[in-house]
Amino acid sequence: MTQLPLRAQLASALGRTAATLSRATGRGDGSVIGGRVGLALEPDLLRKLARDRRLALVSATNGKTTTTRLITSALQELGDVATNAFGANMPAGHVSALSSAKDAPYGVLEVDEKYLPEVIETTGAGVVVLMNLSRDQMDRAAEIWLLAQKWRRALVARNTHVIANADDPLVAWGASTAARVTWVSVGQPWKEDSWCCPECGGPLDRGGMDYVPPGGHAPGVAVRQADGSVPAAPGSPAGPGGPGGGLAENDWACRECSFRRPAPSWFLDGDTVVDPRGQRWPLDIRLPGRANRANAVVALATAEAFGLPVQRALPRLAEVTSVAGRYTTVEREGRQARLLLAKNPAGWLEAFDVLDPALPVILSVNAQGPDGRDTSWLWDVDYRVLRGRPVYVTGERRLDLALRLDVAEVPFQLTESFGHALAVQPQGKVDVIANYTAFQQIRSEFGRAV
Amino acid sequence: MPSDSVLRLVWIYPDLLSTYGDQGNVLVLEQRARRRGIAVETVHVRSADPVPEQGDVYLIGGGEDRPQILAAERLRRDGGLHRAVARGAALLAVCAGYQIMGSTFGGEEGQPVDGIGLLDIASGRGAARAVGELVAEADPALGVPTLTGFENHMGVTRLGPGVRPLSRTVVGTGNGDGTEGCYAGRIVGTYLHGPALARNPGLADLLLTWAVGAQLPPTDDTWFERLRQERLTAVRPA
Ligand SMILES: [Zn+2]
Repeated sequence: MTQLPLRAQLASALGRTAATLSRATGRGDGSVIGGRVGLALEPDLLRKLARDRRLALVSATNGKTTTTRLITSALQELGDVATNAFGANMPAGHVSALSSAKDAPYGVLEVDEKYLPEVIETTGAGVVVLMNLSRDQMDRAAEIWLLAQKWRRALVARNTHVIANADDPLVAWGASTAARVTWVSVGQPWKEDSWCCPECGGPLDRGGMDYVPPGGHAPGVAVRQADGSVPAAPGSPAGPGGPGGGLAENDWACRECSFRRPAPSWFLDGDTVVDPRGQRWPLDIRLPGRANRANAVVALATAEAFGLPVQRALPRLAEVTSVAGRYTTVEREGRQARLLLAKNPAGWLEAFDVLDPALPVILSVNAQGPDGRDTSWLWDVDYRVLRGRPVYVTGERRLDLALRLDVAEVPFQLTESFGHALAVQPQGKVDVIANYTAFQQIRSEFGRAV
Repeated sequence: MPSDSVLRLVWIYPDLLSTYGDQGNVLVLEQRARRRGIAVETVHVRSADPVPEQGDVYLIGGGEDRPQILAAERLRRDGGLHRAVARGAALLAVCAGYQIMGSTFGGEEGQPVDGIGLLDIASGRGAARAVGELVAEADPALGVPTLTGFENHMGVTRLGPGVRPLSRTVVGTGNGDGTEGCYAGRIVGTYLHGPALARNPGLADLLLTWAVGAQLPPTDDTWFERLRQERLTAVRPA
């Protein structure tokens, strides 16, 4: 399809060779090393590879790999789609993805939040999908307000069509400089990074609730706000003039300036998506949990931006059963372990939502480079939901997690490895939540089936 | 002993300054008080609300540049924390919260921003971000074991004559001059960010002892100690 200049063709071909070598020598899935070789030879390669394609860039703290996969699956209804399916979400990975599908008229690229402005600029992508922003790997990530500010600057004076979650105030702020935005309402369970207005710093009123302290207080400890009132439980209804200033659930507004939630045209309502025409569609998808229903709504809104109607996109979403090992089950000696990935507090909250309350759960936490070397985030997760079921703790930083659970008064058993934790289970099913490298370790030991 | 025999913890501005698991300090204090039979009430003060004056232990955490500047402005305007400290309340100020307590700190572009003047310190922006495990020997006068934790900041803090160093660094950057944190009266400031008390239950007990006005009975420190030993072994030079 695209006729690349000779130099770019050579760079692209070299990149593919390196990727093949990397796969053949077992050094990885090849997607990053291939792109790096290509970029070194031709800095404009990404620009050239992106030209003449219809591209969607997908960015968020959580869910970008899964949503990229869902959008890709939907757009395959229209034609071939180039995508970075292995989650190599920086420019080198984008080069690799696009050059390995040269003739695909469509591209869906997962983009690291920090690289998004650069990738928007380089690719000139027509569609940008923004879902959520929350604290993540704080010892190396950029501060999220600064990230959102960079998104704003990157979207100014462009012809980009943005699909964005209106329920996340920081995302709404980051997206609102774009000329055209399709706002979707898919909720924001994790609110600890958005109690303040991104525009002016004033307090945000949140629909359905007043300020709720990040959970985890010991039983018998009275928690009050400064005015003496007891904080409402999450999700408790807002009466008129009551908590949340009478705003509807998921709505939000600044108390001090005019910044408030933009009006969404797509909604997630339980197990149903409501489209801009008010039509309701049951979200019949294979991926479990609230977060994936939210991802599916975002994917449907994005598909429509490409001209693909819901009735054609929705069956395609149901074809996705697992994404890079997430939600797959590994088996050993009669024990079936379902693997859930959670990389940060918001991700743990979404993973708890997927857990089967009747099953034991194994938690595995590492603190290698990709995880963030700082385990402080454990204290932002409310583990009390795990009380009452058998909990097994493992991973390289299991003692950090053990103390966290001890203080939360969640009974647990410490085990020296995931293998041991699995071996002490009765035969049958068990759920597993692991952070990034802990998850990869389990996959490489127990099978990498995608 | 605190009035009406309930220990009042006051967590200042979790909506602005709690990006690094700062809640951990509140939870550890709650747990260690309660396990000794001390009733606890915790107050969360949002930045739009006044800081109550009748608390026993105040906590303020870390955060990004912009919330840090907002927090300093609001605390100065509010005055509640100043009045609480004047009546002898204990205060743990962490990272961005620590810098706020001084006369000045570095803003978004490194420009000096006025602090709230509760500690005789002045902070500015260093050349490089200090990120990593920190080990420090606490001032022997405090009777607190070796400090361990994680730091993540660009601050350089100069201590004035009105404060004493909390500790001397063995591993890590701290204030930037071989010391880490400081204390004066019942105020402790530290660059050990986030859940500093989870790694340093001795520091938690120091704050509780100040608040209660009596020595505390021992409590079960199994998991605290196992984590401390694992971290100190992993981080401390052989
Ligand atoms: Zn505002």
